[in-house]
Amino acid sequence: MKMPKFLNNTYLFYRDGFNKMSVGKTLWLIIAIKLFIMFVILRLFFFPNFLNSNFDNDKSKAEYVREQLLTK
Amino acid sequence: MDLLDASLVNWSRAQFALTAMYHWLFVPLTLGLGVIMAILETLYYKTGNVEWKKATKFWMTLFGVNFAIGVATGIILEFQFGTNWSNYSWFVGDIFGAPLAIEAIFAFFMEATFISIMFFGWNKVSKKFHLASTWLTIFGATLSALWILVANAWMQYPVGMEFNPDTVRNEMIDFWSILLSPMALNKFLHTVLSGWVMGGLFVVGISAWFLLKKREIDFALRSMKVGAIFGLVASLLVAITGDGSAYNVTQHQPMKLAAMEGLYEGKTGAGLVAIGVLNSDKKAYNDTIDPYKFKIEIPYMLSMLGYRDVNAFVPGIKNIIDGGYQNSDGVALSFAEKQTRGKAAIQSLRDYQKAVVAKDTASALAHKAKLKVNYPYFGYGYLDNPKQLIPSIPTVFYSFHMMVILGMYFIALFSILVFYSFKKEIDETKWLLKAALWSIPLGYVAGELGWAVAEVGRQPWAIQDVLPVQASISSISTQSVQITFFLFLILFTALLVAEIRIMLNQIKKGPEADH
Repeated sequence: MKMPKFLNNTYLFYRDGFNKMSVGKTLWLIIAIKLFIMFVILRLFFFPNFLNSNFDNDKSKAEYVREQLLTK
Repeated sequence: MDLLDASLVNWSRAQFALTAMYHWLFVPLTLGLGVIMAILETLYYKTGNVEWKKATKFWMTLFGVNFAIGVATGIILEFQFGTNWSNYSWFVGDIFGAPLAIEAIFAFFMEATFISIMFFGWNKVSKKFHLASTWLTIFGATLSALWILVANAWMQYPVGMEFNPDTVRNEMIDFWSILLSPMALNKFLHTVLSGWVMGGLFVVGISAWFLLKKREIDFALRSMKVGAIFGLVASLLVAITGDGSAYNVTQHQPMKLAAMEGLYEGKTGAGLVAIGVLNSDKKAYNDTIDPYKFKIEIPYMLSMLGYRDVNAFVPGIKNIIDGGYQNSDGVALSFAEKQTRGKAAIQSLRDYQKAVVAKDTASALAHKAKLKVNYPYFGYGYLDNPKQLIPSIPTVFYSFHMMVILGMYFIALFSILVFYSFKKEIDETKWLLKAALWSIPLGYVAGELGWAVAEVGRQPWAIQDVLPVQASISSISTQSVQITFFLFLILFTALLVAEIRIMLNQIKKGPEADH
């Protein structure tokens, strides 16, 4: 099955663009490593959402924050 | 607040400050350099002169390096909201979340779409479409900044919201008053324009390096001229919007203004401290020790800038704590009165909940009404003594004055650069070229100092008057925040080193290099 012309042109546009990059390849590598560190390592292991991790619904989150604000 | 809590608050604040300050090393150059490369490409489009295209591609490459290294570093701030600042995040979710969601969906995708056309589209799309893509890329980046800055301005001047005691959240009731608040508009303009100044400094500094090395003279002179004119216009506009910022601070954050000026005792016809040294012997806001060791003051200027009236009364730290002076709301309340109202608001929230549980509707409505009356002072209920209301005076005072001095230096530098650029003698004026080159770091310093004034100056508030930082944090261990603090320090330092190395490498290759 042939790709529609627009999609094919878009694909070729990006393929040629990436192929002709010089410094851009290094930058993409840095971006990939950075995003991996941020979203896979930091987000999952070091930055869980505190309320989402401890409470199932908005009502219990609100109750918890209320308690926190009333006892601080 | 016990010692453990204080440590947790301080580490959480330090981590947020570290991340924000690193993030701000990347953002201003993106905003400023983006506009300059778009101007250069517009010159190419208008004239057809390939020298402008060569210049555009060179600066575009450096823009790409900065953009790639800096992209998504701000997302870490959002991680911290969810982990370290969960009370705050819940409390403001509706208001803070909306601008950030718009930013993520609209501006980010706009940038992502057009940036690829900008980099890959040379000779593949029409010149007009390519130029439009370049402008739309920087427009998208600026739009991203808008939403973040609107959210920040709301924390400094919370408007357009109503507190819902059932959900324990502030809910947006007027989007436009949040978006168009004078604090938000001015903050957006002042911050973006400071990025433009950074872009101007970067372009004239690198162009100066080429001229000092006697390389790529034509390219460097073209870039220098555009960068200097752009930088001069931007630095003048920064001064004008800086005046607007100070005016807004005077109206809505008088303690921050007092800290910026080291003003303890208010006065009518107050002068602006042009240069000063604080007296470290001053230990208390209400002692009689002179707060300055030395100062040079511009008479009446602070009253003029803050109130547009040379004879206006500008309250000092002691006045703000003691109250009793006239302000736009009538007679200013003392700290003690605000604290009483804040505690009443917190008690009303407590009583409201009890009434709801007891299904006592009449009582619940009465407590809700009382809460609404005292809500503007809600945060004062968490403060134990008036000293907590005072931010770090040396940090705010020196940051503010250094920022202003640097701002004036940039105006002078760009003015001289414009003059020499048009006299066609600039490549022979080595002292000026060296000054331009070594001024690049000063642009970053000025930007960071500006944020220090804005953020340290509003302490102890996470949300002005409504929520102090100690009520905003999550109950997590201090140790976990310490660990992530150092992880960020390593990650961001590595990114910064990578950026500088790649950037220097590209600069050395010059405008003829591959991109």
